[in-house]
Amino acid sequence: MMLSVQDLRVSFTRERGDLVEVVHGINLDLEKGETLGIVGESGSGKSVLSLATMGLLPRTARVSGKILLDDEDILTMSERQLCRVRGRKIGMIFQEPMSALNPSMRVGAQIVEGLRLTQGMSRREARAEALRLLEMVKIPRAGERIDSYPHEMSGGQRQRVGIAIALGLKPELLIADEPTTALDVTVQAEVLDILDDLVRELGISLILISHDLGVIARIADRTLVMYRGDEMEQGETEQVLRRPAHAYTRKLISAMPGRTRASLELSDG
Amino acid sequence: MAEILRVRNLSRHYTLKNGISKALDDVTLGLEEGRILGVVGESGSGKSTLARLVMALDRPTKGEVLLDGKNLFDLSSRELRAARRNFQMVFQDPYSSLDPRHDVGRIIAEPLHLDRAAPKGAERREMVGELLEDVGLSASDVTRYPHEFSGGQRQRIAIARSLITRPRLLVADEATSALDLTVQKQILELILKLRDEHGISVLFITHNIGVVDEICDEVAVMQHGRMVESGPARAVLDAPTNDYTRRLLAAEPTLEAIGRKSRRVAPR
Repeated sequence: MMLSVQDLRVSFTRERGDLVEVVHGINLDLEKGETLGIVGESGSGKSVLSLATMGLLPRTARVSGKILLDDEDILTMSERQLCRVRGRKIGMIFQEPMSALNPSMRVGAQIVEGLRLTQGMSRREARAEALRLLEMVKIPRAGERIDSYPHEMSGGQRQRVGIAIALGLKPELLIADEPTTALDVTVQAEVLDILDDLVRELGISLILISHDLGVIARIADRTLVMYRGDEMEQGETEQVLRRPAHAYTRKLISAMPGRTRASLELSDG
Repeated sequence: MAEILRVRNLSRHYTLKNGISKALDDVTLGLEEGRILGVVGESGSGKSTLARLVMALDRPTKGEVLLDGKNLFDLSSRELRAARRNFQMVFQDPYSSLDPRHDVGRIIAEPLHLDRAAPKGAERREMVGELLEDVGLSASDVTRYPHEFSGGQRQRIAIARSLITRPRLLVADEATSALDLTVQKQILELILKLRDEHGISVLFITHNIGVVDEICDEVAVMQHGRMVESGPARAVLDAPTNDYTRRLLAAEPTLEAIGRKSRRVAPR
């Protein structure tokens, strides 16, 4: 098992000092090469779950349970150990590509930075690899764009640079938190296709977090539906969407515009 | 039925260092009373520029916005202020569009400041209470503050505020885009209810073509500042004649085909 989350509970201390539990015992397993979709609305705990997996929860968080990455528990690691896991074993792609990139650094240099730090490449090797990565995420005229600044690129191109940075470190697990939510639909479709192709080619595992069941349906093998910190259901995406076992999943599906819900027939009960 | 809004050859150009940017380029469209017109497009399509011009928050480079047959840009500033009660706007982000320091009663009554003849005191409080009930909140919410409400409830407050002058046209710019799906559905149902009960006309601006199908009678598809296709919503979405409209429809994530490689979109 690549990743195994066992009875994960997360609480935050409020200013008054009392604890509020926001994730109430989540279990999930992810095999190598598998894509898991996590769907939920605001307050469902989906982003807290992803931050916990990266060891990025703030100090005010109380966490219990286990997050086993290749049988090692993220929750018991020191900050120094976590630094070796983040980026190298777990890559992350964020929602807002403009704020995830450094606005004052050329995009090529931002890819090179990670490669030099973690893969011990020379300047020349790293630049050649950065170019290869930009071509891999289908940036047109990559040879010229490698010296562009983020503001000179479109939102979709910036998000592809984010993907290139994450993939450059050859992670085994990629966590993408609403990676296409800030993008236009036609661009969203392209970015999802690229992400899906790369994950398959490289054989890495992907956790895709989204509020959009349509996005999940497009690339997730399995789907976890969350609501207010609880698992509502989990299973094969096809099963979850065509024969939802939980009333909340049915509510989510029926809240979709009729056109995007399309021909999906929901059985009652 | 009478046309409440007519946009005629409307353009808004910006002069840049290296040429002219045509944010809106020769757009013509009309909206009949009691109908909902969806304007759909991606970023840079000009849909928000159109909304700002219809609200007379900006002046066009060319063209007219006729409300009840009168061009907004021919009105004196006093006439325009008086006309404003007839068209109101609902914004995308219910967090930044409500003043956090004011209670809900004050927020909703705010547009009445434009109108000296507007009811005051107990009568005004009663109007606010009725509107709160109308949008699915409670009259007793008047003394509460925005931070006490969820995103969907805040959007209801914004809608109540837009209705207090009894406008005949509502311009909603991505009014449901920041909301959770289940909340979006409630707000769409509310807009439909207001249209049915008050006969209000709506210019509904969105990037989401699925939402257009839910509530719009008519649709105009925009790309790069131009209107590329328009007509009855159902007809345009079922049988688009424009390539870009087809692209938009194909890119919309749906549940129709589940699984990897379910659908591919040709890169531009």
